[in-house]
Amino acid sequence: MKKTLTIIIFLIFQQLPNAAEVNVYSARKETLIKPLLDQFTRDTGIEANLVTGKADTFIKRLEIEGKNTPADILLTVDAARLVRAKEKGLFQEVISDVLNKVIPNYFRDIDNHWFGLSFRSRVIVFAPDRVNKGELIDYLDLANSKWKGRICVRSSSNIYNQSLVASMIAHHGINKIEIWASRLVENFARPSKGGDRDQIKAVAIGVCDIALVNNYYLAGMLESSQEYETYAAKKVKLFWPDQNGHGAHVNISGAGVTKYAKNKEEAIQLLEYLVTDKAQQWYSDINYEYAVNPEIKNTAILGKWGVFKYDDLNLSLLGRYNRDAVLLMDRVGWK
Amino acid sequence: MIFKNFSKSFYSLLNLNFSLLKFSRLNLTLILLALFFCIPVVIVCGSLFFPAKDIWTHLIDTVLTDYIFNSLALLIGVGFFSLLLGVIPAWLVTMYQFPMSRYLEWAILLPMSMPAYIIAYSYTGTFDAAGPVQTMMRELTGWEYNDYWFPEVRSLGGAIAMLSLVLYPYVYLLARASFIEQSICVLEVSRTLGCSAMDAFRRVALPLARPAIIVGLSLVLMETLADYGTVQYFGVSAFTTGIFRTWFGMDNSLVAAQLSAILLLFVVVFLYLERRSRKQLAFHHTSNRYSPLLKQKLKSSSAFFAFVICFAPLLFGFILPASFLGEWAISTYSEALDIDFYILLLNSLSLAFITALLALVIALFLGYMNRNSHLFINRFLVRFISLGYAIPGTVIAVGVLIPFAWFDNRLDEFLTLHFNFSSGLLISGTLFILIFAYLVRFLAVSINTVEAALEKIKPEMDEVAKTAGMSHVNIMRRIHIPIMRGSLLTALLLVFVDVLKELPATLILRPFNFNTLAVRTFELANEERLAEAAVPALAIVIAGIIPVIMISNSISRSRPGYE
Repeated sequence: MKKTLTIIIFLIFQQLPNAAEVNVYSARKETLIKPLLDQFTRDTGIEANLVTGKADTFIKRLEIEGKNTPADILLTVDAARLVRAKEKGLFQEVISDVLNKVIPNYFRDIDNHWFGLSFRSRVIVFAPDRVNKGELIDYLDLANSKWKGRICVRSSSNIYNQSLVASMIAHHGINKIEIWASRLVENFARPSKGGDRDQIKAVAIGVCDIALVNNYYLAGMLESSQEYETYAAKKVKLFWPDQNGHGAHVNISGAGVTKYAKNKEEAIQLLEYLVTDKAQQWYSDINYEYAVNPEIKNTAILGKWGVFKYDDLNLSLLGRYNRDAVLLMDRVGWK
Repeated sequence: MIFKNFSKSFYSLLNLNFSLLKFSRLNLTLILLALFFCIPVVIVCGSLFFPAKDIWTHLIDTVLTDYIFNSLALLIGVGFFSLLLGVIPAWLVTMYQFPMSRYLEWAILLPMSMPAYIIAYSYTGTFDAAGPVQTMMRELTGWEYNDYWFPEVRSLGGAIAMLSLVLYPYVYLLARASFIEQSICVLEVSRTLGCSAMDAFRRVALPLARPAIIVGLSLVLMETLADYGTVQYFGVSAFTTGIFRTWFGMDNSLVAAQLSAILLLFVVVFLYLERRSRKQLAFHHTSNRYSPLLKQKLKSSSAFFAFVICFAPLLFGFILPASFLGEWAISTYSEALDIDFYILLLNSLSLAFITALLALVIALFLGYMNRNSHLFINRFLVRFISLGYAIPGTVIAVGVLIPFAWFDNRLDEFLTLHFNFSSGLLISGTLFILIFAYLVRFLAVSINTVEAALEKIKPEMDEVAKTAGMSHVNIMRRIHIPIMRGSLLTALLLVFVDVLKELPATLILRPFNFNTLAVRTFELANEERLAEAAVPALAIVIAGIIPVIMISNSISRSRPGYE
């Protein structure tokens, strides 16, 4: 009886013998990951299945799905979310000489649960006709009253701002940063709205004099096919903050192999593929991010901005202080 | 064959109509079906039983007042403008003839095909400080940004305007259907009794149409509460902003669910108050005699005003935003229209169609269940399911994922234990669960429409038909279906358009390698690549137009005496 049942159930659920495949939950938008996955499939014959969405909902989904989750890889565009996934036990350790060799240790997890694939910096853009470059110093200085009504920055619901504030808390302690943040909010030219490109446009037309944005947005606008974007982008300049201190705040896009990955081998292969020279160069060329592999030559526009000193704070701290950062920004009224 | 069987069983379901059985097996089945769709809402409400004091203290101390204030302002603002933009044009096109009134009749509905987040993007792109309009203004006048005043698109007021412009069609749709249904007698008699045209509207037509208008209004308000895309983009801290901030930023999905449950309380209280206030006033049609509606022809200035009143919502809710999108699309369409694009289109259309059909069938089952039995549990369940419309799609998605993943995992355990076979996640990763989530969210729309239609069929009609020796099948075919046809089509198409626009649940629950137009639009717009987002956005709008026109035609034809 049991044998018959087993056969029946097997027939019902029987799936075709799968070709090698790997399943990816990606918080990175389709246009910025699909071409790489397609290339990976062409090069290795491994089918890469993709679903895109928001990191937080993927984390929730992985939690709910438990050990039967179909996902092998979770890819996010922020270290804090990778840390959160790790803390919730959603990743597993990956031992790979390739990954360890290519990725500098400050861009990967100490327990090898997640790995940075590209990085970007949160920089200041300014209007050169209204701001003297000598006025700009670092992030802390943005609380100075000389900036009153001159700063644009997007909502604190955005992870890039949360991670910046988390890094400040890690460096300076929560009390100091709470005072800093409340003064920063007083310096806002307008209530937070829109995305990073919006802030750049706002500086260009004079809504504010400086803005905090991720550097690839400025590059993307400079290279845009839309005239109104290049027009705005050319009116602003980029400033690397804190070059005499900790260095400019950086964050990574990165990924880890899920704890219950069914295709662990393929998943590791994919991660290793994403740090090959070809893939790394692609990030630099298409999305104007920096390759985690220090050997890769930056695309022209990044090259023009030159070498900068970046903050090599342990990225796990961005995760640890994420919640504190959000609560703090609620308290100071940063919408 | 299958269809025949199905229709047979459906007809036998109607037998219940005539039986005295109060609690048959069938009724039990229906209750179970209803319960099934209640699960996600129950899960959301269940969160209220778990304490989370410190987060609540933080919220109350800091941002909660803001959330409540902004959400209330949105509700009042959007409610007011939807009524204004919906009811008055509905009355004008029903009663009067003026230039273009025949076209405006259906065209007023077009903004319905425009997702709220898309109209928000298109207005911002055009009228924002950095957009072409203000840039040209500055170039022409030599002013700087600070030298002049211009309404800020991305503000609370802007959010109210955007949401009102795409949501008023719900009110228009229901108000118009109701005006058309009103027997001309009441209106004519009121005129004979010395009412002015204005009085006839205010004192007779409006009270008679009130239940229908309220249904439309509550759909509008629920959509407003569930909106996240627009308020988030505009930097308005509404309740939904709070839900996601608590969930994502503070990593507390429990409190996020509690906030959603409180959102539902808003809705329940509103619906309760409305029902209570209506109970004290009873309005009934005096006669069922209809004569073809003779539209009064308006002249010169009043014709012009009527035209302007009806054209304005269409202009701002559809023509302008669609042309902004069109202009962007011109520069990007050649790259966007690849083979992938047609797959997206096909995915969107088939999801919308399947869901709309299922929602209609389920709504019919539930509607008849309610009609046939007066058990409290039935009515309660149907009301409860309708609450899904007020919950943000993301929260619904999690409410759907939890029970299904639980089931999948238990099944897998069982099979592994007894048959040494792993089924993995059988349902969770499939389109089934996505369609289920759509149903939970949108059943309210089809249920409301179907119930309204069923109310028009008086039980006496069935009795008379039965006395005349008609079989149940014949009653259904020759009485019920003809009376309800317009409404059924409306229910079908409303859900169709809603699914076409839906984003958050789709984003979370869709399977691997499966995208829709809404997902593509969102991904590009979210990266602030508006020009590229315009092509899929426009495709959603265009795909939504055809059903919207069909809805309107079916309503025009629904009036007895229509020729």
